[in-house]
Amino acid sequence: MDTFSIAGKTFNSRLIVGTGKYSSPSVMVKAHDASGAEMITVAVRRVNISVARGGGAPRGPQEESLLDFIDTSRYFILPNTAGCYTADEAVRTARLGREAGLSNWVKLEVIGDQKTLFPDNEALIEATRILVREDFVVLPYTNDDPVACRKLEDAGAAAVMPLGAPIGSGLGIQNPNNIRIIREFARVPVIVDAGVGTASDAALAMELGADAVLMNTAIAGAQDPVAMAEAMNFAVRAGRLAYRSGRIPRKMYANASSPVEGLVGR
Amino acid sequence: MTIILNGDPHEVARPVTVSELLAQLAIDARRVAVEHNLVVLKRATFDEIVVREGDQVEIVNFVGGG
Repeated sequence: MDTFSIAGKTFNSRLIVGTGKYSSPSVMVKAHDASGAEMITVAVRRVNISVARGGGAPRGPQEESLLDFIDTSRYFILPNTAGCYTADEAVRTARLGREAGLSNWVKLEVIGDQKTLFPDNEALIEATRILVREDFVVLPYTNDDPVACRKLEDAGAAAVMPLGAPIGSGLGIQNPNNIRIIREFARVPVIVDAGVGTASDAALAMELGADAVLMNTAIAGAQDPVAMAEAMNFAVRAGRLAYRSGRIPRKMYANASSPVEGLVGR
Repeated sequence: MTIILNGDPHEVARPVTVSELLAQLAIDARRVAVEHNLVVLKRATFDEIVVREGDQVEIVNFVGGG
């Protein structure tokens, strides 16, 4: 079995999926099932405080929590620090996620720009150092920059997660060569995180040598999220298999597949 | 007395433990994580930690995200 491991934990599936933007919890549950994923990302947010007015009984702010819909015996939960713009915010959010959750893992995001949601590498590296000291397993979402990835690895990151394209953009892998170089340099798993639009993007990420792919919008935002999740399941496996199989070199001109001798009429 | 709860002023009658505060808010303690004056609390301490006038409390849970 072609498994991969992060910080000593082994996964059979190389597809990691999110929980955001689904039209309903039941669609999300079916999509997760179809994806074959074993690891699922969640966000950490303030509980909506709603105290009943006019003397009525207090209303529970969350009769239904996200975790009510996720079988945590089947899926490994990866809390993120999405939306954090400073190392301090991200570290606080990671600590809260650890207490709310079931593990010391965190998908670390420190965003540097609102329009592109590109990471702030300096703050990301600083937050990685702090959290590694606190025994977190840190998976940082980073630019597709081999030098940034190396610095994160040196800071103790358990994997590096370069973006394929901006979060939610669906643009696909914008800089395939960088992903290839990151894979060549890294001694930790490389997970392409963000930018996948359709199945071929996920397959390409895997063909470039990525150890896994993380996506949310490409599945949740598809017209049929459950079918797209299945497509991504195939794509990640196909891309991985192709990577391991050793593709043929690219050539400028044709090279006939059928014999050139014994042609009728020659 | 007033505390700052998830960034907004919130009235409570008297100093309360974190467990009492969660009960007043009808929040299931098993579902959330709590930060008290910038310190993230272990769930086992919810019965001991007391929230007082002017304290900052953050109560979070998991929501959908990528």
